Order: sequence, then structure tokens, then C-alpha cells
Amino acid sequence: MSSTTTDSTDVTWKSLEIAERPPLTPTQVAWRRFRRHKMAIAGIFMLVAIILYVTVGTFFFTEAEANYTDLSIKLSPPSLEHPFGTDMVGRDLFARTIYGGQISIIIGLFAVFVSIILGVLIGAVSGYYGGATDSVLMRFTEAMFNIPSLFLLIILGKVLSGKIANFNLLGRSFSGSVVVIIAVIGITSWMYLARIVRANVLSLKEQEFITAARCTGTSNFSIIFSHILPNTTAPIIVSATLLVAAAILAEAYVSFLGVGVQPPTPTWGNMLDQAYHHLEREPWMWFFPGVLILMTVLGINFVGDGLRDALDPRALSESE
Amino acid sequence: MTRYVIRRILQAIPLLIIISAILFLLANEMGDPLASFGGRRRIRSSDRERLTRQLGLDQPVMVQYLIWLVGNDWMQIDVDGDGTPDEYGTRRGVLRGDFGTSFMEKRPVLEIIGERFKNTMILMITAEIVILFFAFWIGIYSALRQYSFVDNVVTTFSFVGYSMPVFWLGLILMYVFSVNFKRWGLPYFPTVGMYDLAVGPTIPQIAWHLVLPVTTIAIISIAGYSRYVRSQMLEVINQDYIRTAHSKGLPDRWVITRHALKNAALPLITIIGMDLPLLIAGATVTESIFAWPGMGRLYWDATQDTDIPVLMGILVIISVLVVVFQIITDITYTFLDPRIRYE
Amino acid sequence: MDPVLELINLVVHFHTQDGIVYAVNGVSYAAEAGKTLGIVGESGCGKSVSVLSAMRLIPEPPGKIVAGEIFYQGQDLLKLDKAGMQDIRGKEMAMIFQDPMTSFNPVLTIGHQISESSIVHFGIGQKEARQRSVELLELVGIPQAVDRFDDYPHQFSGGMRQRAMIAMALSCNPSVLIADEPTTALDVTIQAQIVDLIKDLSERFDMAIIWITHDLGVIAEIADRVVVMYAGYVVEEADVFDLFENPSHPYTLALLKSLPRVDTYSSEKLATIPGSPPDCLSLPPGCPFAPRCVYAVDQCRHENPPLDQSSFEHQIACWVDITTGRER
Repeated sequence: MSSTTTDSTDVTWKSLEIAERPPLTPTQVAWRRFRRHKMAIAGIFMLVAIILYVTVGTFFFTEAEANYTDLSIKLSPPSLEHPFGTDMVGRDLFARTIYGGQISIIIGLFAVFVSIILGVLIGAVSGYYGGATDSVLMRFTEAMFNIPSLFLLIILGKVLSGKIANFNLLGRSFSGSVVVIIAVIGITSWMYLARIVRANVLSLKEQEFITAARCTGTSNFSIIFSHILPNTTAPIIVSATLLVAAAILAEAYVSFLGVGVQPPTPTWGNMLDQAYHHLEREPWMWFFPGVLILMTVLGINFVGDGLRDALDPRALSESE
Repeated sequence: MTRYVIRRILQAIPLLIIISAILFLLANEMGDPLASFGGRRRIRSSDRERLTRQLGLDQPVMVQYLIWLVGNDWMQIDVDGDGTPDEYGTRRGVLRGDFGTSFMEKRPVLEIIGERFKNTMILMITAEIVILFFAFWIGIYSALRQYSFVDNVVTTFSFVGYSMPVFWLGLILMYVFSVNFKRWGLPYFPTVGMYDLAVGPTIPQIAWHLVLPVTTIAIISIAGYSRYVRSQMLEVINQDYIRTAHSKGLPDRWVITRHALKNAALPLITIIGMDLPLLIAGATVTESIFAWPGMGRLYWDATQDTDIPVLMGILVIISVLVVVFQIITDITYTFLDPRIRYE
Repeated sequence: MDPVLELINLVVHFHTQDGIVYAVNGVSYAAEAGKTLGIVGESGCGKSVSVLSAMRLIPEPPGKIVAGEIFYQGQDLLKLDKAGMQDIRGKEMAMIFQDPMTSFNPVLTIGHQISESSIVHFGIGQKEARQRSVELLELVGIPQAVDRFDDYPHQFSGGMRQRAMIAMALSCNPSVLIADEPTTALDVTIQAQIVDLIKDLSERFDMAIIWITHDLGVIAEIADRVVVMYAGYVVEEADVFDLFENPSHPYTLALLKSLPRVDTYSSEKLATIPGSPPDCLSLPPGCPFAPRCVYAVDQCRHENPPLDQSSFEHQIACWVDITTGRER
């Protein structure tokens, strides 16, 4: 008799445990949601494939090969030897997409780094200090929003082009225009981020823990950076992810228009700038770099969408 | 309402001045405006000096900006370079509607932009109609069948759509429907221009030339818009008032068209109002691959030639359009959403 | 007397990302003309889902009516097609929702939303529908109804909106009126007015009313018969007087004890029910109330007690007789 009693209490305890399982941390909830997002997982796979392509590929082709010109085989269509064909000076396009991809991705990442710094700084300062600082900064943000970013990209690209010399890094030589494009894309894409950060700061700064921090004499700087910003990471992560995709596209646009990264440094974008002249006869010249841009941007957008769903604060509170 | 509009316009003026000042500064850093002034011929150095003074390019950039803004007909300028001002200027400034004269074409900027603006509008209005029609259709359809096979396909395609570089899509469409259709002996679409020069700008010609550029712009934009319509629609059809409408036994179509659509369309108006002027600018790339003689292409040419008056003219017009569209959007909103009243 | 609306062994599940939610697990109850059936329970106990299923208004997917029958005047609603169901909704069975704020479409006028039902169900014209709607607004006590017809929901106060909601539900003279917590979102004084209004209307039009609430006070005032639900099960069903006199399920008893009383003076604190309602994703084995029940015995933790329907007057689903504290 007594044994059955213990058994039954066990059952009850177990069921109580199930009924009152400890709530998951927001990160765990987010991860669970992200994993269920089929497109996000597909996006991860696509990005891994692209990253392997541009990294592992370098073991098969040296940068010198990517820049090696051989006029005798110029404009040859895809073959076993040159899977993506060759360009107008006989460079192997397959090798160039590998090195070009590196630059395109680097530009995307660093440009977003620039725009995160600008956006977070302007948004946080504007939201935290309010008043005149806020209205001046927000007017400026609005002004930047009002100018079509492509127009601004073109002007800035022209203003800054040729102002930075080519440089060597890790034994490789880069066109100075890489830095220009990173700066230009960063400068034209921080506005949305600034608005999100500002809105978050505005709502956070009224909360008790910020008042508490202020009472203990914490400096404004450290309130912003150690109390407010860590609480607004989710929207920053989501929009930064989507910005990387936008930045890679922006690089492609400016390079297509000829104000992007200058040769010999290849990027997926500037591999396309001559495309127009090869529309009819040499479609491989523009087809493959375009596919790679599409794959990368698509992968990032998929992941960004998954992150947005996973980190959505409304969804988080709901799932508890 | 009228007071609201007036207040918005007054608020916009300092904004536009900031924008134009920033842009003017940047534009003047772009390069030597006189480099292509004489077309292919090089300008003699004595001419260059005179032109520099005549165009006021010798002045500090902020003075140049002021002249651009308010004109120089109220001040005397030193044309011969002897150090004494000798005649009044002729420019009246942007504030009085004088956008100056193009460095390249030596014609009034407004006249040049006017011609191109018309062409851009033909392209953009057609595209916008196509975009809205398909975006609503696709968005509503997939929202009502959330997570169905069709919805998943549509969702995937819209992601592909807005992940594509627009020029690359343009190239592919050209390659298929123009280059290859021609090779296969099928009727093919033209790749460049607005009309066949031999036929002239007739409506069928323009329509025929519109097909590829409009399709290109539309595919990219439909992708983003239809996703937005879908998410708006999903949000609306899960609202309590839609359940109320169903509880009254209204037919599904009635519920969708009379109850859901109006609510779902409201936030879209903001998006469209914001995008429309930017779409005109975004046409730079499309217009340049399809050689469509519009504003985007004009802008591109002006940057190549450092034709500052044209460049500034386009930028100011776009910025004004952005502001105007924002105000129009707000006004439209008050008509559609009874909860909103501007005082 | 035959019931107008009868639910028999209704089972409703929701298929969510986290698993299957067992929202309604074999629920039966019936509503009679001119009578008010009260359904009580905590939020999430399946009371709303059961009536929404009767209206066929649960979103499918994720919801699914797994088993059971729903008879409206002898007709099984679960066998009806979409068009057939649309004819019933609004015309034969109408519903009043909890939140009058969100239950009206913000961009359409109140008048438009009231007129719609009669336009659709009776095929009458705009003008006639307008006149009818104005009469309805007057009936539910909206002053200057002619002028308020063209107002938008945000121009109405909460209580007025709920009155308009009632007018909307009544517009086709339904036989069954389902009120899903219609007073929860309102001020106490307004609550009483709405309760009185519906009570009055149900007598005048001989409607069957199903009133869902978690407020036993309202039940005492309006209901003729009461169904107590817990975790998707009916745990007790009885006549309203009988239920308040002899609550026989530990859960009902606990609910009543948590109610403030004015008839007996006591300085005791109000009782609360320990723990929280079970997660309908993973119901415990045995009686779902057992983990919170002070009377629970071993059997309660292994076996879920069925609703004892041997006597119509008072039906209970419990292994324990709470008057003695022993198993039945």
C-alpha cells in the first residue's frame, strides 16, 4: 500500500514539473523559433556554401591566377578548364568570382559596421539627451532619408574616388576604392538604425533601472553603453543583418554604374560593369557574378527574416 | 487641416535648406565642372578664367550656394577680373524658380529636367500601377492561404525578387526576350530607348518599349510590396473585428473587401507615399540599362559631366517631391482612417 | 422542452508549434429558449473555444473540431457547408464579444456595421436597413440614435459600444445569443446596465442566451443554469440556485470561496486557489484539477472522473464527495 502511495506522488511530482517547467530564457526561445524557421535554416546553408566557396576556393586558385590575363583565350565560353568562362582580357572568371566574392562580402560587412556605429551613436545620443540635440540630429537624419540613397552613393563615390591610395594588407594589394565604397555605403545607410535605436532609448530611459543607475551617479556615457544599448540589441541585430544584404546590393549598383571598386581588385559588382557590352554574345560574363550576388543576398535575407521572427519581442512574450 | 498642411510646409523649408546645402557642398567636391564645359574641345585658360568668374566658381562655396539659392541679380559681379565689380548678375536663384543653366547643354535646367521628368513619369506610373495590382493580388491571395503550398512558393519567390540586383534582372530579361527571341525568330522586345526613331513617339511604340523596363522594376518591387500586403493582411484578418464580421454571417468575399482590405491598405499608403519619389530616383539603374531618356539617366549623365546646376536641380526636385508626397500621404490618411484628425 | 442549441461531446484541439493544445475535451451542454446558460471558468479553460466552435468561428487551422456534434434546432452544424453556416451565423445565432473596443471595425461606421447583417440575411436595401438599425440602436438605449448612426466606433464610449454590439447581434432576431464575457472590459456600473439590458431583451424576444464569464457574481444575477469548466472539461453543471447552495465540485467550491460576500460578515481573507490552471499542452494524468485540489485522493491522480449524468439536476465530475471528504 505504502509503495503505491510513493509511486503516485512521483507521478504527481512529475506532472507538476511538466506543468510548471522553468520558463526558457529569451535566447533559448529565440533559438527555438529560429530553428523552426525553414527559410532561415536554408539561408544559413546558402551562406555557409558561399563562404566555403570564397575561402576554400583560394586553395585552388591564387590571386595572381585570378588577375592573370591571357588575350589568346579572351571571351571564351564556359569550359572544363574555365567553368565560368573568361573575360575580355582572358582572365578566368571562376577564380575572379572567388576573390571578388571576398571583397564584396568584406565590403558588405564593414559597411554595415560603419553604419551601425553611426546609427547607434546618433540614435543613442539623440534619444538619450533629447531636446535641441535630438531635434538637430533627427532633422539631419530625416534630411538623409529624403535624399535617394543611390543619388548620394553616386555623388559620394565620385567625391571620394581616387582620394585614398591603394594599400597592402596581409600581403595582398587592395584598391583604395574598397575603403571609399565601405565608407560611402556606411554613410548612406545608418538612418533607419538611428531611428530604431532612438525609439528604443526613448522608451528605455524612462524605466526604473535607468533611473536607479542615474541615482547612483553613473555617467551618461556608461548609462547609454552599459545599460541602454545592451537592451536594444535584438532590433539592431535584425536590421544589421538585413543591411548587410542591402550593402552587397549597393556595392553591385555603384560598381555597375562604374563608380565602385576600381580594377584590378575584382568584386562581384565590378565584374558586372562591362556586362552591358556583352549582353548578347558573352552572357556568362554577367550571369555568374549575378547568381552569386543573388545567392548571398537571398541567404542573408532569409536569415534576417528568421532572426526577426525569432527575436520579435511580441512573439517572445507570447511563447512564455 | 489647412493649418496642418501649412505647418508641415513651413517645417519642411529648413529641412530642404539643410539638404540642399549638404548636397551643394558635396557636388562642388566632385571634380572640375569646367572639364567638360566645352564638350570635346579644351577650354583656353583665358576663357576658363572668365567662365570661372562668370559662373561664380571663384567664390567660396557658401557664397556660391547663396547665389544658387537667392540669385545674383541684386549684386554686381566682376566679369573681367580687374577686381572691381562691373555688372549685375542675371541669376534669380532657386527660391525664385531659377535653377540656373546647364553647364553641358547651355539650356535652362528646368527645361531639361521637364523633358526628362515626363519620360520618367511614363515609366514610373505604368510600373506603379502594375506593381500595386500584382502586389495586392498576390499579397491577399497568399495571406488568405497562409502556409499553403502556393503561399510558400510566393514567399520564396518574393525573397528571390528583392534579393536580385535590378540591373541583373534587366539583363536576363533582355537576354531572353530580346536577344534570344530575335534569334529564334519570335517577336522580340526592344532593349533600348523609348521609341523606334524611324516610327516616332507613338503610343504603341512607347508601350512596346515600356514592357521590359516596367517588368524589371515591377518584379523587384512586387516582391517587397506583396510581402508587405501579405503581412498586413495577416495581421488584419486575425483582428477581433474580422471575427465579428464573420460572426454576422457575412460572406468571405464581403469580409475581405469591405472589412479587411481598407484596414490592411492603410499602412501601405505610407509606404507607397514614401517610395514613390524614391522610385523615380531608383530608376537610375533601370533607365541606364534600357537607355530610357528619363531623370535617373539624366542624373547619371550630370554626375559624369559634373553638371552641378542639373545635378542640384534633380536633387532638389526629388527632395521637394518626397516632402510633398509625405503631406499628400497624411491627407489621404485622414480620408481613409476616421480615427486620425490633424489639428 | 427541447434545447435550441446543444453541444454533445465536443472535442477541439489546436495544433500549435509547441504541440497539440487540448482546448475542449468532450464538452456537452444545451441552451433553451428564454433561458440563460452560464458558463464559468478561468481563462483558457475552453469556455470561449466551445462556443466559438458552435459558431464555427475557430480559426482552422490551427484549430480543429475533432469529435462531437452541435445541434441547432435539430440540425447538425458540423455537417453544414460554408454557405449553410453563413446563413445560421448572425441570423439564427449571434454573438457579443468581450472587448467592444477591438470588436468593431475602426474604419467603418457603427451604423454600417449594424446594417450589414440585415442587408445580407434579409436582402433589404440600404434605406430600410438604416431605419432598422436606428430602431435597434434606440432599443438598446443609445440616445439620438439617428445622429449616432454615422459615427465611427472611436466616437462611442465603451459602454455605448457594447450596447451597439448588442444592437448588431440582435439585428436579425436570432434565437440564440452568445455573450462571450460581454462585461469584462467595462466599468462596474456599466456592467450592471449591460447585464440588465440583455436580461430584459432575452425575455422580450424569448432568446436562448449563453453567457460566458469568469465572474460568478454576474452568473448569480443572470443565469438559469450553470456549467463550470476546467481545463477543457465540464466539472459541474447545475441549476443556478442549486450550484450556489450546494457546490459539489472542489473547484466550484474554491471559486465560490474566492468571491467576496456581503451577507456574512467575516474578517477572513478571501480564499485563493493555489497554483495555476494546467498547461493544456500537457494535461496531467487523472483529474486536471487534482494538483490544486485540497480533497484530492490517489485515484484523482490516476483517473479522470467522468461527468456523472445520472441526475439532470446536478452533474459533477469528481471522485470525492466534498461534504464527507471521502470517495464516492
